[in-house]
Amino acid sequence: MNNKSELKGPTASRRGLILGTATAFALSAFSQIGFPSAAHADDVNTTGLAVTEDTVKVGILHSVTGTMAISETGSVQAEKLAIEQINAMGGVLGRQIEYTQEDGASDWPTFAEKAKKLLVNDKVAAVFGCWTSASRKAVLPVFEQYNGMLYYPTFYEGLEQSPNVIYTGQEATQQIIAGIDWVAKEKGAKSFYLLGSDYIWPRTSNKIARKHIEKLGLKVVGEEYYPLGHTQFNSVINKIKLKKPDVIYAIVVGGSNVAFYKQLKAAGIDMTKEKPVLLTISVTEDEIRGIGGENITGAYAAMKYFQSLDNPNNEAFVKAFKERWGDDIVIGDVTQAAYLGPWLWKAAVEKAGSFDIDKVRLASPGIELTTAPEGYVRVHENHHLWSKTRVGLAKPDGQYELVYETADLMEPDPFPEGYQ
Amino acid sequence: MFADYTWTELGSIFAMQGFAGLILFSVFVLMALGLAIIFGQMGVINMAHGEFMILGAYVTYLCSNFFQAFLPGLFSIYFFIAMALAFVAAGALGAFVEWALIRHLYKRPLDTLLATWGLSLIMQQAYRSIFGAREVGVTLPDWLLGSIALTDIIEIPINGLFVMALTLVIAVGVYFLMFKSRMGMQTRAVVQNRVMAGAVGINTEWVDRKTYALGCGIAGIAGSAFTMIGSTGPTAGQLYIVDTFLIVVFGGAASLLGTIASSFAISQAQSTMEFFLSGSMAKVLTLLTVVGILMLRPEGLFSHKIRR
Repeated sequence: MNNKSELKGPTASRRGLILGTATAFALSAFSQIGFPSAAHADDVNTTGLAVTEDTVKVGILHSVTGTMAISETGSVQAEKLAIEQINAMGGVLGRQIEYTQEDGASDWPTFAEKAKKLLVNDKVAAVFGCWTSASRKAVLPVFEQYNGMLYYPTFYEGLEQSPNVIYTGQEATQQIIAGIDWVAKEKGAKSFYLLGSDYIWPRTSNKIARKHIEKLGLKVVGEEYYPLGHTQFNSVINKIKLKKPDVIYAIVVGGSNVAFYKQLKAAGIDMTKEKPVLLTISVTEDEIRGIGGENITGAYAAMKYFQSLDNPNNEAFVKAFKERWGDDIVIGDVTQAAYLGPWLWKAAVEKAGSFDIDKVRLASPGIELTTAPEGYVRVHENHHLWSKTRVGLAKPDGQYELVYETADLMEPDPFPEGYQ
Repeated sequence: MFADYTWTELGSIFAMQGFAGLILFSVFVLMALGLAIIFGQMGVINMAHGEFMILGAYVTYLCSNFFQAFLPGLFSIYFFIAMALAFVAAGALGAFVEWALIRHLYKRPLDTLLATWGLSLIMQQAYRSIFGAREVGVTLPDWLLGSIALTDIIEIPINGLFVMALTLVIAVGVYFLMFKSRMGMQTRAVVQNRVMAGAVGINTEWVDRKTYALGCGIAGIAGSAFTMIGSTGPTAGQLYIVDTFLIVVFGGAASLLGTIASSFAISQAQSTMEFFLSGSMAKVLTLLTVVGILMLRPEGLFSHKIRR
């Protein structure tokens, strides 16, 4: 048995070599007459990734079961749509993208396990996935150990920069600073009440917010955190009424969100009035479906994408998304960011002329996407995206109306001074 | 903390805060009653309680869609019909579950914990498959939204009033059912001495089924009512389950009065501390207090005084 395989080995590889050379010749002949150049699999893949002559395998790693399924479903849909569109355009380096989808099941160790499976067993060329910071932190060592590439879609707290991750959502400073500047200037806000769910993202974000608010010479009159899944907000609403802040700055997430906005409305805090202004960075169109448009009308959100953005890229994107996933679907900020992942990867692979992770990493900074639904984005040296920040006004139909966007792209700054 | 405010402002806020505590109390009672009936009267630890609540919430969601589409004229009163249907649906499912699953486990009370936990996972995934993983928005009739402004500061949320009234009605209903009706008498007889109750001609199996169905039905009503104040999604039931168990255990498992007393104590403690401290800290202190008291009184606040 042993003997046989020893004999077989070299023969097979020699045959492969001959075949490969023949193909390479044939292909180079084609390319000379103007055929899109599809380089030989060995040339574009020196590290043994799952790349064949006409396919390349990638991974999708999100929760489709468990608590987080509610949020991550949109990202899965966006990534699949992008992959299908890229395939329809001829794929990446002449190869059709095939995806292997794994379920992180809202469980962080499962995420790490599935990430390892994708990188070690499936040898995928890139992974599009994760949603919560906890799941990203869980897979990070796996991606760094096995040298994989993760495209992470969620806006998050920053304070991280891995050579193995491209962050397609905004980091905290991009989302927060522009929003606070806007509310201070346009709404004349002087005092802020910071409120959030009790975990790393809201806490870090509020820390950045507080620092910026105080830098502007304005006041924070309250800062509070409630456990994830908290459903009773009447006490804090009373406190808000007592302190009468100009702005309620809310970073409540998940099921708590629904309870918070319903109770806010029931307690008679009317967000359509001049004051208080409610500014959030955690409620996308996706969440409004659960909250109910009538309960959040008049609130403002600061993020980089709204489904209602009026530009040709977004029009085409929304149309394609609805055709693929149904007419009643809504698209939130993270869904759009997830859609960018496969496109950014394609651009980087084509710039590098290779699927090798190291080459893709080197090629990534400076990659531009002029076709992004949010408009133009560019990959920064620090693996985050230059992007505009926008402020939207929530309407009863569950959509945001764009009221402000930054003139320039915001520079991603994952390690703002004073937070290390 | 209060130096900058006038007495009227402070008075108003404390009135509001008292009211917030009462709303929380009503919510807790509503959550816990169904579980207390099942746990206290039958000794079954129903881990799927939250999912029965969410069944009620989804029934309400379907009702709201149905009335919007076919009977828009009656939309303003659909909520009552939805609650009745939620009771029937959750109760019927409860009766079925008792027949298919629970009755085989009466002799192994700890296994009911595992079985009902499995049931809760099955129900969650079923909701996810039927209604989708995303939360659904339940449209409420206008009269349930907003608040009544008594003064500039004091504003009473209408849905809070509604929950309080509903809790009162249900608590009184359960009281009569358990302590003044034939069914209640039979149930209590079975709890106290199953063999003897059977010997005097009570159909104990039937009593078990009715009790379980009643507990689940009340959970359904609670879930229906909570669409006003919380979210409706496949896993939303998990948001309530910890608090619910806390209340029932703290109150003394076998006592419905204990459940009400413990709801009151926990809700007041929590809402007062939330006002003076931050949310997470309030939760921690509440839990610590409960743990402390349970160490002194393992049976909970109220326990049956029987010689064992």
